[in-house]
Amino acid sequence: MKLASRLLLTLAVLALALRAQDTIKVGEYASLTGKEASFGQQSHKGLTLAIEELNAAGGVLGKKIELITEDNQTKPGESATAVKKLISRDKVVALIGEVASGRSLEAAPIAQAAKIPMIAPAATNPKVTQTGNYIFRVCFIDPFQGTVMAKFAQTDLKAKKVAVLSSVSNAYSVGLAKFFKETFTANGGIIVSEKNFSEGDKDFRAQLTAVKAAGADAVFVPSYYTEAALIARQARDLGINVPFFGGDGWVADQLLEIGGEALNGCYYSTHFSPENQDPVVQTFVKKFKARWGANENPDAFAALGYDAAYVLVDAIKRAGSTEGPKLRNALALTKNFAGVTGVTNIDANRDASKPAAIIAIKNGKLEFLKTVAP
Amino acid sequence: MSEFLQQLLNGLSLGAIYALIALGYTMVYGVLRFINFAHSDVFMVGAFIGYYLGKLVPEGTLWGGLLVLSGAMIGCALLGMFIERVVYRPLRHGPTLNVLITAIGVSLLLEYTGQIVFGAAPRTFPQIFPTANYHVGSLTISSNQVFVIGVAILLMIALQLIVFKTKIGTAMRAVSLNPKAAQLVGVNNNVVISFTFGLGSALAAAGGILYAMNYPSIDPLMGVMPGLKAFVAAILGGIGNIPGAALGGLLLGTVETFIGGSQFSTYKDAIAFAILIVILLFKPAGLLGKFTIEKV
Repeated sequence: MKLASRLLLTLAVLALALRAQDTIKVGEYASLTGKEASFGQQSHKGLTLAIEELNAAGGVLGKKIELITEDNQTKPGESATAVKKLISRDKVVALIGEVASGRSLEAAPIAQAAKIPMIAPAATNPKVTQTGNYIFRVCFIDPFQGTVMAKFAQTDLKAKKVAVLSSVSNAYSVGLAKFFKETFTANGGIIVSEKNFSEGDKDFRAQLTAVKAAGADAVFVPSYYTEAALIARQARDLGINVPFFGGDGWVADQLLEIGGEALNGCYYSTHFSPENQDPVVQTFVKKFKARWGANENPDAFAALGYDAAYVLVDAIKRAGSTEGPKLRNALALTKNFAGVTGVTNIDANRDASKPAAIIAIKNGKLEFLKTVAP
Repeated sequence: MSEFLQQLLNGLSLGAIYALIALGYTMVYGVLRFINFAHSDVFMVGAFIGYYLGKLVPEGTLWGGLLVLSGAMIGCALLGMFIERVVYRPLRHGPTLNVLITAIGVSLLLEYTGQIVFGAAPRTFPQIFPTANYHVGSLTISSNQVFVIGVAILLMIALQLIVFKTKIGTAMRAVSLNPKAAQLVGVNNNVVISFTFGLGSALAAAGGILYAMNYPSIDPLMGVMPGLKAFVAAILGGIGNIPGAALGGLLLGTVETFIGGSQFSTYKDAIAFAILIVILLFKPAGLLGKFTIEKV
C-alpha cells in the first residue's frame, strides 16, 4: 500500500514535470491593483488577448505559451520580489512589464543579471533600457514625448510662459519634466514656475496657488492620472483656467472619472488612440471588446501589452529557441514589425521609435487630435 | 499679499482636517495613555461609508450631504466602540506596549480588509454637498474649503462643550486624571472609555468625509499619510490636550502649505517634520502640553 502510494506520487510529480515542459512560460508583472491599477489591468488584458490568440493559432515552436502574472500592487519594492519569483521559481523565459518606468527600473537589473530578456510595454524613461542589453521596450521614450509636448505647447497652445508641476518620487515624471523643459526653453519658451509634489499627495493647492501667481499660459503636468485629475480639479477651484497638458501617464478611464469637467480643454500625448480609424486599430478594438466585454475600451497600454507579446513571440520564432542569449539577439534584430501601435523597429539602444498621438479633452470626452511622427 | 492669503486659506482647510483626526488620537491618549494607530483607518472607513451612502442620496444637496456625514459618523462611532470592546478592553491591564502593538495590528487588519471589501483601486468620491466658488478680491474660495473649516470649528466647539459642560465629559476628565479614583467615586470606566472611542471615531469619520470631498479619490490606504500627520499634530500640540490637537493640526497644515507653495516644494514633508523636531526640542511636552491640567 505504501509502495503504491509512493509510486502514484512519483508518477504525479513526473506528469507535472512533463506538463511543465510542454509550455513556454512568459512572466508578467503589472500593477493590477492599487493606485495605478488601470495601467496594469489594461496591459494585462492586451497581453492576455495576444497570448490567447497565439495559442489558438498553435503557439510557438510547437508549444503553447503560458502566461504567469504577478501583481505588484503599485507598491515600490514589490516588482523586484515578483520578478525574482518569476525567474527563480517559475523559470520564465522572458518577462513583460511594466507600464510605469519606476517599477520597470526596479525589475530591470534582476532580469539583466539573470540574462532573461525583458520587454517593457510602456515604460518611457530612457534609463529603463540603459540598465543592460537584455532590456527592451516597444514604445517611444520621454525625450521624444517631451519634445512633442514642448512643440505642441508652442505652436498649438501658443504658450510662451509655462509652469511645470511634477512628482519628485516618480522616475517617469522627473524625466519627462526635464526633457520638456530642455526643448521648451531651447525654442525660446519660458518656464515661469516649477513646483514639485510626491507620489500619493492629494493636496496640490499650495503649488497651484504659486503657479497662479506666476501667470502661466499653460501648465505641464507629467504625472500619472490620479494626480493629474486632482490637480486639474483643484486648479479650477482656485480659478486657474489655462489649459493643462501631460504625457501618456494620463491614460486611464479614471482620469475623466476623477477630474470631470475640470479637464475640459486639457491635452495629453499617448502611444495609441482607439478613436484612430486605421483598420488595424479598429480590428484590435473589436477583438478586445469581444474578449473583455462591450464596455471595455482598450487604451494605449492594452495595445502596447498586445504588441509586446507579439514582438516577443516573433523573436522566439526567429531565434528557434527560448534560451536567454539567443532570444535577446533575436529581439535586438526586430525590424519593421507591424503591430496595432504602429511599426516597431528596435534600435541600438533597444528602444522603439514610434509616433505619438495627441488627445484633446472636450466636453468630458477624449478626441483624437493628431499624430506626430518621430 | 493675495497669494499669502490664498495659501493661508489652503493651509487652514488642510489643517482643519488634520485637527479633526488629531482630536481622536489625543482623546484616546488622554483616557488610556496609548496611541490608537487604528484611528487613521477608521478615518478611511468613514470616507468609504460616505462613498456608499453618497450613492443613495441625490448628489449636491445640503440635506443629502448632512445625512451622509452623520451616517458615516454614526457608523464609525460604532466601529470605534466595537474595536475598543473586542480588541483593546481585554488588554487594558496588560503592558502598554502590548496594546500599542495590537493597535498596529488592528490598523493593518482594517487596511487590508478594506482592500478585499472595497477593492484596492482608487474610487471617485461623489460630490455630496453643493459646490461653488466665491471670488473675494483676488482670492478664490471654494465652498468645500469654507465647509471644511466651518464643520471642523463646529465639531471642535461641540467637543469642548461635551468635555467641559456635560456629566460624561466630567467623567472623561476624571478617568483621564486618575482611573482608579474615578472608579471609586462611582464612574463606570468602561462606559467612559467606550464613549471616548465613539466620539473620537465619529470625528475621524467627519475628517474622512471632508478629506474625500476636497480630494475626491479614495482608497483603502488613504488614511496612512493624513493619519501620520495628524498624529504628529497631536504630539505637536501636546498629546492629551484638546485645544493643543486643534492648534497642532492647523499649524502643521499651514506650514506644509506654505512650504509646498515655495521654491522648496520638493522638501515639503521634510521641512514640516523638521520644524516639528525643533519645536519638540524646545518644548518636549508639545505647544500646549503639561502646562494645562485639563486632560481628556
